[in-house]
Formats: sequence, C-alpha cells, structure tokens
Amino acid sequence: MLLLEAMGTTLAMTAIGCVLGFLIAFVIVFLRQTPGLWALPIRFLAICYVEVFRRIPFLVVIYLVLFFIRSIVSEVSLFTIAVVAICIYSTAYTADIIRGGFESVSRQQIEAARAMNFSRWQTLMNVIVPQSWPVILPPAVAFAISFIKDTALVSQVGVFELTFRGKELNNEGFSALLVFGTIAFLYFLMSYPLSRWGRWLEQRLASSPSQRSKQRLRPAYSP
Amino acid sequence: MNYTFQFGVAFAELPELLKGAIITFELGILAFWGGALIGLLGAALKTYGTGPLRWLAGAYVVFFTNTPALIQIYFLYFGLPELGIRWSSFTCTLIGLTLNAGAYLTEIMRAGYISVRSTEVEAAETLGMSRWQQIRYVVVPHIAKTIYPALANFFIVILVMGTSIGAIIGVDELTGQAINISTENYRWIEMFVVVAGIYVILTFIASLSLALVGRWAFRVKAKVF
Repeated sequence: MLLLEAMGTTLAMTAIGCVLGFLIAFVIVFLRQTPGLWALPIRFLAICYVEVFRRIPFLVVIYLVLFFIRSIVSEVSLFTIAVVAICIYSTAYTADIIRGGFESVSRQQIEAARAMNFSRWQTLMNVIVPQSWPVILPPAVAFAISFIKDTALVSQVGVFELTFRGKELNNEGFSALLVFGTIAFLYFLMSYPLSRWGRWLEQRLASSPSQRSKQRLRPAYSP
Repeated sequence: MNYTFQFGVAFAELPELLKGAIITFELGILAFWGGALIGLLGAALKTYGTGPLRWLAGAYVVFFTNTPALIQIYFLYFGLPELGIRWSSFTCTLIGLTLNAGAYLTEIMRAGYISVRSTEVEAAETLGMSRWQQIRYVVVPHIAKTIYPALANFFIVILVMGTSIGAIIGVDELTGQAINISTENYRWIEMFVVVAGIYVILTFIASLSLALVGRWAFRVKAKVF
C-alpha cells in the first residue's frame, strides 16, 4: 500500500511540475520572441534561463531550490520543493520544444496575420498555436513521461516517493536485489504504458485534420 | 531573508571542485564510449538480427529506457554485494551509466542504420567499389551525418544528468564534491551556484567542440545553442 502511495506521489509530482512547466515555458517563448530593441534584456533573460537550466544537472537544481526556499521560508513541504524543482527544470526543456514548434510554422503565415492587422497575441493564439501544436505536443509529452524516471533523484532530499520508499524498505532489512528489482519494475509499469500512449499520440497527431488540410492548401507546383 | 552570501568560501574550494569536474568528464566519456559500443551491437541486432537475439536487444532497450538510471545504479551498488560482488561506487556508476546509455544509443544508432537506403549501397556496388570502400565512403559518412547531432546531444545529457547521479552513492565528481564540501562548511547555496556555473561552462566547452568537430569531420551543422 505504501508503495502505491509512493507511486502516486511520483506521478503527481511529475504531472503538476510538467504541466506548470509547460505553461511557464509558453510564456518564456512568447517573451523570447518579443520584437524590438527595448525588449532586448527580456530576450536575453529568456535565452539565459533556458540555456543555463538545460546545462545543470537536475540534482544541483534540487539542492539549489531546497536551500533557497528553505532560507526564505522554513515551513515548506518537501513535496512543494520537489514540484518547484521539476517545474523549473521542465520549463527549460519544454521551452526549447515549444520554440521548435513555433518556428516550424512558415513565415508567410505570420506575415499574412500581420497584414491583417493581428496583434502579436492574436497571431500566436489564432495562427501559430493551432498549426504548431501537433509538432509541440508529442515531444512535450515524451519529455514529461521520461521525466517520471528522473524524479527518482528527488528522493535524495527526502520526498516520500518510489525510490525513497525503496531505500526505506532496504534499510528495514529487505534484500536490496528484491527491493530495487521491484522498484524498477514499478517504474517500468508507470513509464512503459505511458510511453506507448505517447507514441500512439504522435502517430495520431501526425495525421490530424489540421495537418491534412495544410497539405491540401499547399500549391501543387511547390516541391 | 536573513542570509549573507559568502561566495569567497565557495571560490576558495575551486581546486577541489575542478578535481571533481575531471572525474565528471572521465565518467561521462567512458560511459558514452561504452554505451556507444553496446549501442552499435544492439542496433545491429535490432536491425539485422533474427529471432531471440532481436527480441533480446529489444527487451534490453525497453527495460533500460523505462527505468530510472538511479535505480539501476542502486541495484548494482546495494544489490550485487548480496551475490558477493563488491564494486566501488565509481565502478557501479560507470557500469550503470554505460548500460543505461547503451539502451538509448541503440535507438539512436538504429535510426542511423535504417537511414542508409539499399539503393545507395547498390549504386556503390555498380561503381565497382569493394565492400570496404562501400562502408568507408558510402555507409559510414551517411550514418555519421544522420546521427551525429543526436549523439552530440546525448553526450551532453550523459555528462550532465548522468554523472551527477553518482554523487548520490558517493562518487567524488562535481556534484559529489559540492555535497562533501558543503556538509562541512554549510555554504550550500553558494557552493551549488558555483557548481552550476562550472557545469554551464563545462557543457558549453563540450558542445562547442563537438559542434566544431562535427562541422569539420562530417559536415554537420550542429547547433551550439
């Protein structure tokens, strides 16, 4: 039962962290693409954020978040700290995925939107996002699913999740081979079906109506 | 927030941290090359193998890509002594990471194998190339060009995400050194900020040189950012 609870914690942590991360990443990409000279520091900060956090190990991020938050407010649950760390880390990775998706929309679409006097926000919501989400969603989902495994590192600061439970069981005297074999199997049970689902989603989206209509719109003579 | 930052303390430990950085590089490079060998074999089995061998390679990949590297390393570090095998924490991390990287690299290399079309090899045959020449001038350049960006990217992932896992079981690499030092002087935040900076510089150097090598050797336009 405790193992099930621990599995639940692992999944909840990953889900909350990655969904929040996705939303923040969206904002960061929006900021990163702000045109104009006045927005130069904003662009610089957005790029720095992504580049820096993509190059730091998750373990270091966890420790930084833990000690930063604990030095400001001391009554924060470890679960919150884990979620914040996951969120910060997944933001950096998903921001790159989202940027790739936005850049896959052809330039003419954006120019056409501008010609029709769309604001930047309108262009994003009505032109770019509908066309790029089949490109963005599969890798973003794949990232979130693969992150289920990386959350094992959070056990290091004492969050009650699957790996931590495994260490507890090991300390209680159960055979380490058995315990970590079981834990590995439980992670497999969570990760494998989800990754199959992710692949199914990818194939499904690759032939979604929006993609098909885009292909139909393309002029016949273009290569 | 009543906290006075003292980065001087952290910078004073720079030589110790750089020693850790060297171990990080060692771990990363060894695990990557070991994994690349496994990946080469695994991809060959998955692409050209038959029956149980092909299934075995598939099962290896599915198992190792769907369980955390941390658990694999724990299994080696805490589990194997029950069978009478005692490895140091460095060896455990290295072997765990190698096996883990091998599974991911199998998939990457398989993409490379698949990308070579049989017509290309036939064309090379028609031109009178020997088997070795075909491999040297047609197959390998093609594979290298296809998978180089993915390989370079994966090396950075192994160097950053992978090696830091060793810190948990007590390998004295960069993160491990930071933990060791800060348990003594309680300067966790400063220590980890400095370590994060070192990681950024380290991976920047690595990805820059990988991009240059890629451009020079395989004419790949690899991105640094």
